[in-house]
Amino acid sequence: MAAERIPLVAYLVLEPEPHLVAQKCETCGARFFDRRNGCGSCGGRSFEPAPVATAGHLRAYSIVHRAAPGVAVPFVSAIVEAADGTTVRANLVEVPADPAAIRLGMPLRLVTYPVGADSEGTECIAFGFAPAAR
Amino acid sequence: MSEETSMSDSVWILGTSMTRFGRHEGLDVVDLASEAALGALDDGGVTVYDLDALACGTLFAANAGVGQQLLGQIGQTGISVYNVANACATGATALRVAVMAIRSGEASMAMALGVEKMGKMGLLGSTPKGAGRAKVFEPSGRFGSVRSVDGILGTKTMPGVFGQAGMRYAHDHPGVGFEQFAKIAHKNHLHSVLNPLAQYRKPFSLAEIKASPMVAYPNTLLMCCPTGDGAAAAVLVSGERLSTLSTDQRRRAVKLSASVLTSDPYVEGGQVQPDVNTLTRNAADAAYEQAGVDPGDLDLVELHDCFASAELIHYDNLRLCEPGGAGDFIDSGAPCRDGAVPVNVSGGLISKGHPIGATGVANVYEIATHLRGEAGDRQIPDARVGLAHVIGLGSSCAVHILERSAA
Ligand SMILES: [Zn+2]
Repeated sequence: MAAERIPLVAYLVLEPEPHLVAQKCETCGARFFDRRNGCGSCGGRSFEPAPVATAGHLRAYSIVHRAAPGVAVPFVSAIVEAADGTTVRANLVEVPADPAAIRLGMPLRLVTYPVGADSEGTECIAFGFAPAAR
Repeated sequence: MSEETSMSDSVWILGTSMTRFGRHEGLDVVDLASEAALGALDDGGVTVYDLDALACGTLFAANAGVGQQLLGQIGQTGISVYNVANACATGATALRVAVMAIRSGEASMAMALGVEKMGKMGLLGSTPKGAGRAKVFEPSGRFGSVRSVDGILGTKTMPGVFGQAGMRYAHDHPGVGFEQFAKIAHKNHLHSVLNPLAQYRKPFSLAEIKASPMVAYPNTLLMCCPTGDGAAAAVLVSGERLSTLSTDQRRRAVKLSASVLTSDPYVEGGQVQPDVNTLTRNAADAAYEQAGVDPGDLDLVELHDCFASAELIHYDNLRLCEPGGAGDFIDSGAPCRDGAVPVNVSGGLISKGHPIGATGVANVYEIATHLRGEAGDRQIPDARVGLAHVIGLGSSCAVHILERSAA
């Protein structure tokens, strides 16, 4: 039987514990989430996988009320600084889409949740950030 | 410095014009381009036969050869045509190309033209692929994604990106928030009431701006630029050729004392949220140095307020305020038309409108018109030095500094 879960993006690793993996430049240490042809920071050409911290804090956000057809609104788009300094973008989840409920600088943790299945029943797993338990 | 010396090795705006921004039912991109081009030629007292080169900026019709189509309507002289596209910096990039043509000595007179026909086009993108039920998930693309990530991994739409840029500034600078962004939109909508070429000419109260529908917090609908149609053009001339023209042409010529275009250098996080700050600071610093001008010398500024949150961060990026002081700057009224550094007296993109390809030339039209003392009801008294700034996501930033003729 085919895999029952698949990550939304290749830089999300589900096992053993969900976390993000960056491509880290072996020369300068710059971290990227996409397939690389070279390093935009230093021109280096070799990379190694580097796990990204699952704890972080909220650097910026926008509560999006208008989006392309088919995208559910409102949602909270968040720019998160992970504890190791890597910047990540994802939805803020488990928080109302209301500026009164969101505090810049609030501590966050990476969470995963399903966002639909394909015709074979494979579930797509996305990630987001939720308030960290205090 | 004698006029002779000051005019050699320099670039001047001889003529400039723009169409009204807004909806132009029944006019196509070539009609709009022709109106602006002929207006700029007439304004400069020259004809299409005097031009050595044409740089034509348009984004959504970028593969249509609009520069050649324009010459087909107003004079097919066989000169070099450079059609350029560079996101929201498209018009300013056309200006840069014309400046480079003159500075290189290959042209002594060149036109920069920006035009866009957008109608009611939105900027939110189309329905994401795979938003419905997929057949079989298959990782694809540079991120190995199995479906669209828009609205799941945050947003990459412009209102959201610039909202986040403003909120990041708010994160680092207490005292900046929704109120300050609303004040900026209030100012720009007030300014456009005096501009007959603006898309909107209606004042809105602070309360109306805050209560208008939310697009992407902190930007409400009245804090976002509209889409529209329009064109703007400028005829540039070398100092040497200008010295052969009439006294009146020389008197009305405006000096382009700096022309800079930057792209975004690497910063951590730039891959998930475009950094619109570093390249703007780099462009501004290079332009101030090129012109030998300090931010304190500026009498007016037209900057890229695609969203109210963008204008606020550019106060700081363009060094118009103390470092970190953008919130105090708007709270003090400094960027209002009767303030210390009037910003976007045209109404800015928020209220004058933003036909993308036209914007970078229209900003320069606005500054030049004030420096000539020809801005009518909205004239900033005795304006001598002005700065025009645009930014295109992706990213490109252009800064031009203009100075009134000494003659
Ligand atoms: Zn590197």
